[in-house]
Amino acid sequence: MTLETVGFWVVAVVLLASSLAVVLTPNLFHAVLYLAAALVATGAIFLLLEQPFLFAVQLLLYAGGVVTIVVFAIMLTERLVGERIRQTSRHLINGAIVAAAVFAGIAGFLLQAPLATPRPGPAPDATVAIGRALVGPFAVTLELLAVLLVTALLGALYFARGEE
Amino acid sequence: MIGLSAYLVLAALVFSIGLFGVLTRRNAVGILLGIELMLNAVNINLVAFARFNGDLTGLIFTLFTISITVAEVAVGLAIVIAIFRVRRTVEADRLDLLRG
Repeated sequence: MTLETVGFWVVAVVLLASSLAVVLTPNLFHAVLYLAAALVATGAIFLLLEQPFLFAVQLLLYAGGVVTIVVFAIMLTERLVGERIRQTSRHLINGAIVAAAVFAGIAGFLLQAPLATPRPGPAPDATVAIGRALVGPFAVTLELLAVLLVTALLGALYFARGEE
Repeated sequence: MIGLSAYLVLAALVFSIGLFGVLTRRNAVGILLGIELMLNAVNINLVAFARFNGDLTGLIFTLFTISITVAEVAVGLAIVIAIFRVRRTVEADRLDLLRG
């Protein structure tokens, strides 16, 4: 049992437990907090895969940004109705059957796929290479992403603005 | 030693849990949280493939997915708030204005 093995199983259990809590807890606010835990656990997975830069991005953008936005939205909508939002579920059995079928399909595919690639040796710090690739072969995509972010910002402002 | 398939199975499990959430939640915000989980599982897959194949592209794509997801959440929640103002509900079942 190496440290990496122990770390993987601990992180996997935390990730699966918090993911289940996100979809099962009746309190919407708690679901968002569990989502934050799941996102941090995903960041820990990136860390296990030796990608500290992606871990930082995951913490800043996902666990920081997304969770803050969702909490804001819940606060706003609860203030609008003036009551706590209860989060109910429906068709639990059907949903579980579909989700299990999808998982079985993916797992069956994984069993057949030739995945015997052993892990290569310790990766060099990919941060420099990522930066070079972003302004090199992926420069156009990066610019398109900037346009998308501005569009999303304007769109969100347009939808969420008050009546004038 | 943890192999590639362990990461892929973990991602598949998280993806299925997210799908379960999308299918069973009544609340529009809850559905969005399920979508977040599914996108997160995709990111695990991308990073795992990139690490095990020694290919940088998966990492770049992960950065792109993360940014696009943030934009998607911002617009999605703005739509939820706008719907809330008009309909006073975020229950997906009762948002059936376009049903013929």
